Amino acid sequence: MIPRAFELHSPTTLSEATSLLKKLKDSKVLAGGQSLVPLMKLRLASPANLVDIGKIPGLSYVRKRKDDLLIGSMTTHHDVAASSVVNRRFKTLSEAAGHIGDRQVRNRGTIGGAICHADPAGDVPAAMLALDAEFKVAGPSKGRILEVKDFFKDMFTTSLRQNEILIEVKIPLLPPRSGGAYLKLERGTSDLATVGVASVVTLDNSGLFEEARIGLAGVGSTPIRATKAESALKGREPSDDVVAEAGEKASEMSNPISDIRGSSEYKREMVKVYVGRAIRQSLGRI
Amino acid sequence: MPSSHRQVTLTINGQKYSGRAEPRTLLTYFLRDELGLTGTHIGCIVGKCGACTIILDGKLVKSCLLFAQQVDGAQVLTVEGLAEGSKLHPIQEAFWEEHGLQCGYCTPGMLLAAYDLLRGNPRPTEKEIREGISGNLCMCTGYVNIVKSVKVAADKMAPARSKRSA
Repeated sequence: MIPRAFELHSPTTLSEATSLLKKLKDSKVLAGGQSLVPLMKLRLASPANLVDIGKIPGLSYVRKRKDDLLIGSMTTHHDVAASSVVNRRFKTLSEAAGHIGDRQVRNRGTIGGAICHADPAGDVPAAMLALDAEFKVAGPSKGRILEVKDFFKDMFTTSLRQNEILIEVKIPLLPPRSGGAYLKLERGTSDLATVGVASVVTLDNSGLFEEARIGLAGVGSTPIRATKAESALKGREPSDDVVAEAGEKASEMSNPISDIRGSSEYKREMVKVYVGRAIRQSLGRI
Repeated sequence: MPSSHRQVTLTINGQKYSGRAEPRTLLTYFLRDELGLTGTHIGCIVGKCGACTIILDGKLVKSCLLFAQQVDGAQVLTVEGLAEGSKLHPIQEAFWEEHGLQCGYCTPGMLLAAYDLLRGNPRPTEKEIREGISGNLCMCTGYVNIVKSVKVAADKMAPARSKRSA
């Protein structure tokens, strides 16, 4: 279990890192390495060059501002899950980050790494969809901002260019009367989601759903934003029937494969169940 | 293709060690083959089993998910650093007394996971212990005694802690 030979580059500034990525053919960014290193050992990935961004200072932080929350891309899952502001204001994210792998993996794995790895069964990508995140990206010239809804292109594929590095995650603060959750059906503590559901709901002054965002993990070739389920909720009063209908719609939008984690039919059923639970849990937190 | 070997220096269990590593050398192999510290075990080597668990700059990590060159200059605690000379660490004593191991393969990782858990949570519940060691697999499935050992270790360490703080 030894990866193919490669060169390891350890830049100490972002501009050095992006110019290395531009210059080097066949290069990949190494963040926490908790997904990439196993892939390299299994030789499913064999980049000739790794650009380790772990030596670049200033990429690990959680910062609340007036209207949003900023998280540095190298912030570990442990630090995200342990952040008091994330816990208080963004249960969807603290629960997603706290459910990743195990303690060892959460101590090294990073939020930026999990987003760029874009595992369709990953916990963080689904949470990013529900939280309507934006990603700040550094490149060889000017940086740019990518919206999460355009980010996940296919399995392990994002809209990031080869010479770009995700440096910051921006999450808008939720309006008053909002609640969120991340629920994960998994076979054991260290597994990827069989089905994962990230949810955020907001009620208006008369107690109707004003806004709902639902991200699904593990049931398609990308994380899925269950927009039909969201429309089924909007403007309606929270009731068992309405929540069940949202579960049905989310299930219709899912497209899971049968694998060691369960059959396609089973996972579709579990989407219904877990979407319902996630919405109810989110409502309970308002 | 060329592969740049580099000198990697680590402070392990309070002592400086130095050796050569190529970029792809995993920290686990570096510790074992280059430095001769074979207490850290190789299990699945894909980051699932936790046999290679160490404490790196104060954080519990799997050494098979890191390249040696990545962590040049780091502070490391391996299982060899738990005992003081011939005096076992209370966690090791507890594993001994409670038969917290069968084949012993997962033990170095289990001990360090327990060490890290008890550092942050000196009085864990059974659920917290199980969660705390969930990144470490015992292929003998001897979890009942491992959990019991961690509990006994917590008991052993608690009085020492309160004495120190008094």
